[in-house]
Amino acid sequence: MKYISEFRSGELARKIAEEIAKAVKPEREYRLMEFCGGHTHTIFRYGIPDLLPPNVRMLHGPGCPVCVLPIKRINAAIELALLPNTILCSYGDMLRVPGSAQMSLLKAKSQGADIRMIYSPAEAIKIAQSETDKQIIFFAVGFETTTPPTAVILDQANNLALKNLFIFCNHVLTPPAVKGILEPARQAGRKVLDGLIGPGHVSVITGSKPYESLAENYQVPITISGFEPLDILQSILMLVKQINTGSHQVENQYTRAVGAEGNKKAQALMAEYFELRDSFEWRGLGEMPFSALKIKAQFKHLDAEQNFPLSEAAASGSKLCGKIVGDNKACECPAVLTGQKKPTQCKLFNNPCTPENPLGSCMVSSEGACAAYYAYQPMS
Amino acid sequence: MAINRRSGLDLQNGCIEMAHGSGGRAMSQLIDQLFLPAFDNAYLNQKSDQALLDLNLTKAGQKLVIATDSHVISPLFFPGGDIGSLSVHGTINDVAMSGATPLYLTASFILEEGFPLSDLSRIVSSMAKAAKQCHTPIVTGDTKVVEKGHGDGIYINTTGIGSVASELQFSPAKIQAGDKILLSGTIGDHGMTILSQRQHMNFASELQSDSQALHDLVHDIVNAVPEIRCMRDPTRGGLAASLNELAQSAGIGMLLDESQIPVKASVAATAELLGLDPLYIANEGKLIAICPVDKAQQLLAVMRAHPKGSEAAIIGEVIEDKNQFIQMKTEFGGKRIVDWRYSDPLPRIC
Repeated sequence: MKYISEFRSGELARKIAEEIAKAVKPEREYRLMEFCGGHTHTIFRYGIPDLLPPNVRMLHGPGCPVCVLPIKRINAAIELALLPNTILCSYGDMLRVPGSAQMSLLKAKSQGADIRMIYSPAEAIKIAQSETDKQIIFFAVGFETTTPPTAVILDQANNLALKNLFIFCNHVLTPPAVKGILEPARQAGRKVLDGLIGPGHVSVITGSKPYESLAENYQVPITISGFEPLDILQSILMLVKQINTGSHQVENQYTRAVGAEGNKKAQALMAEYFELRDSFEWRGLGEMPFSALKIKAQFKHLDAEQNFPLSEAAASGSKLCGKIVGDNKACECPAVLTGQKKPTQCKLFNNPCTPENPLGSCMVSSEGACAAYYAYQPMS
Repeated sequence: MAINRRSGLDLQNGCIEMAHGSGGRAMSQLIDQLFLPAFDNAYLNQKSDQALLDLNLTKAGQKLVIATDSHVISPLFFPGGDIGSLSVHGTINDVAMSGATPLYLTASFILEEGFPLSDLSRIVSSMAKAAKQCHTPIVTGDTKVVEKGHGDGIYINTTGIGSVASELQFSPAKIQAGDKILLSGTIGDHGMTILSQRQHMNFASELQSDSQALHDLVHDIVNAVPEIRCMRDPTRGGLAASLNELAQSAGIGMLLDESQIPVKASVAATAELLGLDPLYIANEGKLIAICPVDKAQQLLAVMRAHPKGSEAAIIGEVIEDKNQFIQMKTEFGGKRIVDWRYSDPLPRIC
């Protein structure tokens, strides 16, 4: 695997780890947050914490699109999937996410709902064209990374005048989420992190510029990082150096994929089809203003929310199958997602909250911090 | 931190989900809490891939081995095989993992109304060819047809019978700390081939299933190193599920060396693209053998001398661990747990 194995070299890792150990000042702590679930996954899969000095602590951020989707949106997707004559298309890792009353899309499927796991939204177009007597709903989720492909199928469906394809839009934005962590801490007079490993794939689309005001406003250094283990180690070294000098710049480690301006064409297409929601609820972080996208009113004929009246349960939160179940009160996801607690500090972790019976958002996807802790159980 | 990996099957309100057939803990729950108590007999309760029968019908010093397997794969035809050859190889391998020589097979078909006869003919020929290559005739069978929409084309169940010398009693219970863990070749080939072939996924790739019968490799292994503790073929759930099962049965832990686990570049690349880990991807022609440390080099040489084990490797060792964890030294230099997942891995969004 050329261009991948080079970024997984154990020998280079040891060299960078040595440099980090040399650069780190023993008298202080370095609290670094990786925003992305993909980064969290890499950190545990490759055992990166074992290579770091004990005073460099990795905190895990909210950049897991599956984890941050609130329960009512999952309920809504399940409701849509159970509509008669309907095919719901979804990315694979949404299928097991629990809604209320232990329902999930997989369980809806076992009850007869036609739910198709797709890899690319383009597959939803093909299904809509071949199954013209059915209504096809694409469950669109994700950050800026997965938003352009949704814009592409909106564009195609619009141009092809497809009458049976609808998008259930749940796309969320990265910068408001970063702000959602840093702002409450600032208001409380606390500093929760010393450096941020910025998103890689998201930044391919947005560019590194949107983070500049965040770094400046919150006096926190940010390094945009790739997803291979060496990328992350190098980003940690870059952050340690900035922290040592009191600098708070946006640096770009992921230069092979990310530029300052991002992908202009993708940005233009997104702007054509989407607009900001006034507010959107995030699992763990609560309601955040201007933190998500909706389909523009002129394309409402493609918008599932405008075409299928959702029940009050799906709109407001937590009633399905006659039983009311909301987010568990003892769940520490908000503290985990904002870097204030480790998954193992939550009373529910492992008992009863497990990947097969997740009670909180961070246990849901393999990218969630709790699921990563459970799956990879760091040895140290 | 001890992790409780047992939880209840809701026999009143639960329903069968895909997870219950996936090789993960969900399937184990179903077996432990429903099938085992219901069918309750000494053979089934061993929870091995095969049942060892104390029958006097066999010649002196031999035991009869029986194993059964149902095949519901989609697509029916894939690079490296089809449901027919797979249904022979899968059952032969389950029989062979006890060290037995497979003798006879049975085959049972459930066909969906409207299934093309040309496809059926192709599948049956492929089965016959595979059975002939393994010298295991299909001696009896059954066919049922279900209404259109009530099946997925064709399902095949095969049962295999073999015989094994009485003194060969491989069992996870014999595994001890210090034992070496050997793997006969690359992992993930079958599962990644199937995933890439499934509808809507048209990756250009040189992937090919590893579907093959391992009885001849087993024959060489057993003749040369009868001291091995036990063997497993890591099918559904992949290497990770099989090792976790063994660790749990034996009450031990394992420490793997990631750099020693063979993975083809094409498999690694496709898995990477889909966000999957080859450790959890199915194999249909590989085996794990656990042996005492002083026999490991000899066993490795025997495996490598056989064409079906030419890429064999010592991938780790058994360690004492009351938590029964599978730990892995990563190629990168860190350590992590290889978890036993609840069900099939699902591709990640990004």
